[in-house]
Amino acid sequence: MIKALETIGQYLLLMKSVLTKPDSWKIFRKQFINETEKLVLQSVHIVAIISVFIGAVIVLQTASNLENPLIPKMYVGYMTRESLVLEFCSTMIALILAGKVGSNISSEIGSMRITEQIDAMEMMGLNSANYLILPKISAATIFNPLLMLLSFILGLLGGALIIYLTNIITLGHYIDGIRFSFKSYYIFYSMTKMAAFSFIITSISSFFGYYATGGSLGVGRSSTRAIVISSVLILVFNLVITHLML
Amino acid sequence: MIKVKNIEKSFGSNHVLKNISVTYKPGECSLIIGASGSGKTVLLKSLVGLHEPDSGEIWYENTLFTILNNKEKKEIRKQIGMLFQGSALFDFATVEENVRFPMDFFTDWSDEEKLDRVNFCLKRVNLRDVNSLYPNELSGGMQKRVGIARAIALNPKYLFCDEPNSGLDPQTSILIDQLIREITQEYNITTVINTHDMNSVMEIGDKLCFIYKGALVWEGTKDDVLKTDHAELNEFIFASNMARKVKESAGLL
Repeated sequence: MIKALETIGQYLLLMKSVLTKPDSWKIFRKQFINETEKLVLQSVHIVAIISVFIGAVIVLQTASNLENPLIPKMYVGYMTRESLVLEFCSTMIALILAGKVGSNISSEIGSMRITEQIDAMEMMGLNSANYLILPKISAATIFNPLLMLLSFILGLLGGALIIYLTNIITLGHYIDGIRFSFKSYYIFYSMTKMAAFSFIITSISSFFGYYATGGSLGVGRSSTRAIVISSVLILVFNLVITHLML
Repeated sequence: MIKVKNIEKSFGSNHVLKNISVTYKPGECSLIIGASGSGKTVLLKSLVGLHEPDSGEIWYENTLFTILNNKEKKEIRKQIGMLFQGSALFDFATVEENVRFPMDFFTDWSDEEKLDRVNFCLKRVNLRDVNSLYPNELSGGMQKRVGIARAIALNPKYLFCDEPNSGLDPQTSILIDQLIREITQEYNITTVINTHDMNSVMEIGDKLCFIYKGALVWEGTKDDVLKTDHAELNEFIFASNMARKVKESAGLL
């Protein structure tokens, strides 16, 4: 318990160093663009593939469970849209990113720690936490919600594709369902969740990398811890944010 | 000049530095020597503020470094260059970007001025045509030289080197030692080197501080070390057969 409190305190102190004005805005901008490319753009392909397939699977599962002739077929589109926007495109994608991006961040920063690169930055009088972590948090928190939108669109397209290929319902029914009782607030809710999850993934992974000890084995351990803790926190905050916003 | 007064440092129950007092002068290469685990690196890292001493004082000229807050320490650190044991070059940056790194943050020089300074520093450490290479494309000796070039990029008043010869062959070690000595004398830098390399001791040891079990037990020069009757120091210095034979042949044993 005491160790957990110490870890939380250490995390909050690190965040205090991270969330300050950068030493140089010019370098921050450059870092921000690099991190956007590395953490967001390089995740597009995995998000796209998963979204298309999950969209297709949701359509198949929903259609196969709506056998009652009294239930309109358009409900397949409606259910697919709601499943994607409410849970899949934010929570599931965040869990996938926790693995992909989280391990990348913690191993990168952890390697820098054990090879004294972070000490070298501190020696130069630089706020190493701010220099290394702030661009990652900012890039992911700002742009990952757009990744959620992309996932939503591609999930719906994946559903349309499987309908086109299998004729399980008509495309017209599916589109009617997608348009039925649409609440734009759900998009806002899902993007907000994604922003919060992105902050969790990047800050937690950076924290474990920043305090990595014990050579390459220690970096491996910190990477594993980062993924596990991020994933658990994503699930906890999913509950909290849903309770607060819906 | 750096003055250390009675510093102590413990990690839990492990008392690593015991009441160390020493003075380092400009234009001199001062070597901290001692066996592995004796507390050399902790002393060096305490000097630059990477470890906080439990008690005692560290003075940079007339500034008491140990009571400064982080922001004030940063100002002193801008006058410090440090060469790390593994060079600590940034993997994500080329040689040119590594050497330019402190300039990007702490100067308002134009890109041309920065490039001129980078090329000057690289030339000073005898490196040419390596600007666009990444650290993993360099040999160990070249990495150390780039580390020195980065350390002197902002004309430091103080230079700290943590085991600059580790992992290098004897010839390259001598070249690195000579380079550190030349730079120290040329720019009148206060240089503190942490080493257990006896070649370095004999090559550049203007001042030697022998740390034994966390305490500073002997101070002197490279000439004094050959004549000392300090038991632990003798045991450390003349641990190898070669060193003992050299001492025998010089009639000192």
